[in-house]
Amino acid sequence: MISLKGFIKRFLSDPVAIGAGVVLLILVLMAVLAPFLAPQNPYDLMQLDIMNSEMPPSWKPGGDDRFLLGTDAQGRGVLSTIMYGTGISLIIGIGAVIVQGILGVTLGLIAGYRGGWVDAFLMRLADIQMSLSTLMIAIIVLAIFSATFDANTYADYAIFMLILIIGVAEWPKFARTVRSSVLGERNKEYVDAARVIGLPPRKIMWKHILPNTLTPVLVISTIQVAEAIMTEAALSFLGLGMPVDRPSLGSLIRSGFEFIFSGSWWITFYPALVLVALILALNLLGDWLRDVFNPKLRRGDD
Amino acid sequence: MTTPIVETKGIEVRFPLPTHFLSRDKPVLHALNTVDIAIQPGETFCVVGESGCGKTTLGRAIIGLQPPTAGEIYFNGQRIDQMDEATRKPIRRDMQMVFQNPYASLNPRRNVFETLAEPIRHLMPETPASEVRETVENVLAVTGCDPSWQRKLPHEFSGGQRQRIAIARALVTNPAFIVADEPISALDVSIQAQILNLMTDLQSKWGLTYLFITHDLSVVEHFGTRVAVMYLGRVMELAKTETLFDAPKHPYTQLLLDAIPKLEGGSFDTPREPGELPDPVNMPPGCPFAPRCAMAEARCRAERPELRPLSNGARVACHFAE
Amino acid sequence: MPLLEIRDLHVAFPKGKKTEVEALRGVNLTLEKGERLGVVGESGAGKSMLAFAILNLIADPGRVSQGSITFHGENLLDLSERDIRSIRGNRISMIFQDPMVTLNPVLSIGTQMIETLKAHRRISDKEARKLCIEKLREVAIPSAESRLEAYPHELSGGLRQRVVIAIALLTDPELIIADEPTTALDVTIQAEIMALILKLCREKDVALLLITHDLGVVAEVTQRLMIMYAGLCVETGQTRGIIDAPQHPYTYGLLKALPQKVGRGARLYQIPGSMPPITALPSGCAYHPRCDRATDVCRSQIPPLENGRACFHPLNVPEAT
Repeated sequence: MISLKGFIKRFLSDPVAIGAGVVLLILVLMAVLAPFLAPQNPYDLMQLDIMNSEMPPSWKPGGDDRFLLGTDAQGRGVLSTIMYGTGISLIIGIGAVIVQGILGVTLGLIAGYRGGWVDAFLMRLADIQMSLSTLMIAIIVLAIFSATFDANTYADYAIFMLILIIGVAEWPKFARTVRSSVLGERNKEYVDAARVIGLPPRKIMWKHILPNTLTPVLVISTIQVAEAIMTEAALSFLGLGMPVDRPSLGSLIRSGFEFIFSGSWWITFYPALVLVALILALNLLGDWLRDVFNPKLRRGDD
Repeated sequence: MTTPIVETKGIEVRFPLPTHFLSRDKPVLHALNTVDIAIQPGETFCVVGESGCGKTTLGRAIIGLQPPTAGEIYFNGQRIDQMDEATRKPIRRDMQMVFQNPYASLNPRRNVFETLAEPIRHLMPETPASEVRETVENVLAVTGCDPSWQRKLPHEFSGGQRQRIAIARALVTNPAFIVADEPISALDVSIQAQILNLMTDLQSKWGLTYLFITHDLSVVEHFGTRVAVMYLGRVMELAKTETLFDAPKHPYTQLLLDAIPKLEGGSFDTPREPGELPDPVNMPPGCPFAPRCAMAEARCRAERPELRPLSNGARVACHFAE
Repeated sequence: MPLLEIRDLHVAFPKGKKTEVEALRGVNLTLEKGERLGVVGESGAGKSMLAFAILNLIADPGRVSQGSITFHGENLLDLSERDIRSIRGNRISMIFQDPMVTLNPVLSIGTQMIETLKAHRRISDKEARKLCIEKLREVAIPSAESRLEAYPHELSGGLRQRVVIAIALLTDPELIIADEPTTALDVTIQAEIMALILKLCREKDVALLLITHDLGVVAEVTQRLMIMYAGLCVETGQTRGIIDAPQHPYTYGLLKALPQKVGRGARLYQIPGSMPPITALPSGCAYHPRCDRATDVCRSQIPPLENGRACFHPLNVPEAT
């Protein structure tokens, strides 16, 4: 166990953690406050002017002060689209992890506590799920989805579909983590103590065992958010993710990709930079959390 | 004789061992074999034996953590082993348990108040919140815990303090009967005396009945009213503590007493042959102790001795005891 | 010259970035050839740390910060890791609480024994095998020859600990360090193992450093005794003498607290409170907050170890002659 005070102390004494935390905080604030901070609203077609397309960053010859990081092929400011796009990427990442978490924690808890055939069934299901690549499932489902519905419907529901697909495809990671913690916890005497007073299994699972399995869940959540954002970016890059008029970081990278060789590198470069920073910050924080919560690596100072 | 507070009639616990699902033979571990004990109100009934003798399984069967494969368990004359949860609920108030490892028996994420309030809230849901608080404070005071501990988490306490909290939790529903499974063996020597004294005090103050499970005979001698010596799932000898320690009748009891290291010294001077437990899955037909017994004869290997009363009041499962 | 002599041994662990805490705070100890010494203390008293220090096995980030450990006149702390290895497991053997720490689960008993032997002796496989069987017979393992092919998990806990003892004896050590060798075992098995260790030490004139929390075991096996509390030795002397007339109030309390010392059903003597962790030691004598004899001097000064006890107000002091 680690107290909140010890946790903050550990955080403040680790430069990597502070660095990753600050980067993540800036990116999240940037995304949340995009409607107030962004110089333009890239969703508002009235503000767009095709004459402004492919402008270089403002400090380059031909740059415009209104567009700090230049503009893309449709005349949207790259800075503004990044701010909105980061938000969409984060929503998909966090949303997908919430879906994964709810599914995975529930199924993992049931599998671990019930044991027997329930456990065997759920874990084989997880094995099958894991043997199919997330990207492959997503490509098939999204391809069918985009072929079935017209472009407008697709644009409206793409974000939910992405959350759902990435969420459902990755639940086994949470289920396995939770199950193995439950197996460790369920034979402890505090669980017996709860059974002695006749507490029903449902209450024992949710009120006693679950809180003691959440630490590893927190650690993998952080890394899974990064993973989900990556998956979404990959799908968008393949043209199966977010549509061009509501771009995520992945669709931004894709939309600029074809202009790299014509010299407009900034359309791809800046979103890619932000994506890398975001993923790196999340992964570093995840690793740091894992070390903090791992009693074997704990130093004697907290 | 009064009605025993707890009585077991021929209880057995068998665990099927994991095998390949195609394998023909289904090996079974007999953790408890036809155990009959009757615990009288107000006494400290001790169960001693070495690991694998079934003493913990017996405690768990009585408290309801391990349903028996066969046999009957009674509490104050009522059969409890097949009761449904709703009927059993009021009885659960009267039966509580203290566990061996105070580092595992308290939920690490719950503070002391939550841990102590839970049995009251679940078993006596009509209790008003103010009364819950009052009971918790009362019980903490009785077990030598500071009232300021209530908002703290288990990791802030030492082993001895945690065991006090665990005892307090067992007391909040004002039970009549407590199963204590090796409550002091995880504690340091100087703390063991504190916990034993606390249990003695609580017994005289609250009129508790204990089922005290231990491997340590010197604790039994000090603490027990009656004692059952178990070996491989069976009771070998059952007697009043004084009777057992003054005149142990079963060869296994004698071996156990002989194995206690004594402050006077001298009892380890003669070498001892390695004694091995027989495989509990494929038990030999005769007396389970025969392979280790110096007195064993052909009869012991063929015929299992039943518990029978002796003239000194003890009950012993040995062909030769008298 | 004593076989083993420890002078003013301090073992320190870092706490935070700059400060250190001491797990051992200046321990002295001598052990003659063939002598059996018991080190008794509660968990956290530093008794296992003492064994680890002798074997140079203190895990990073801990370190021996002061003092000397002389074995046959040679300071073990000055030796290179290579030289230490020629002593550890050879002239000084160890028996730990859990046999599985010493035994490798994937190698047969025979392989492990022969390897140990070959690491320290030039010996042919055939002779090594013969010697191993001989040692297994010495520790009364039934059908010793066939046991050489067995794997540790095929043996019971008692037999495993016997194998560990056989391995410890392979190189004819002069000193055996046994750290709680029977704590994980049942009472009857404990009696067998301790009787075996006692017999072997006597027969072979091997010195024994027995670390335990059990005063009964110490009384049965050792000649001298050392009681540790919070990283210091609080009382030392002849085992018999200390058990019959303890001088330090802590030793007195430990002995009085044993159920076998009082009558049936009587209240046990109890020492209040619990041992402080090494990170939060009180001033003066570390035992003073729990001691009913403590006075102002106990609160301000650490009592020196004199006449076998570290106490300003000892009990049972023999009359001056």
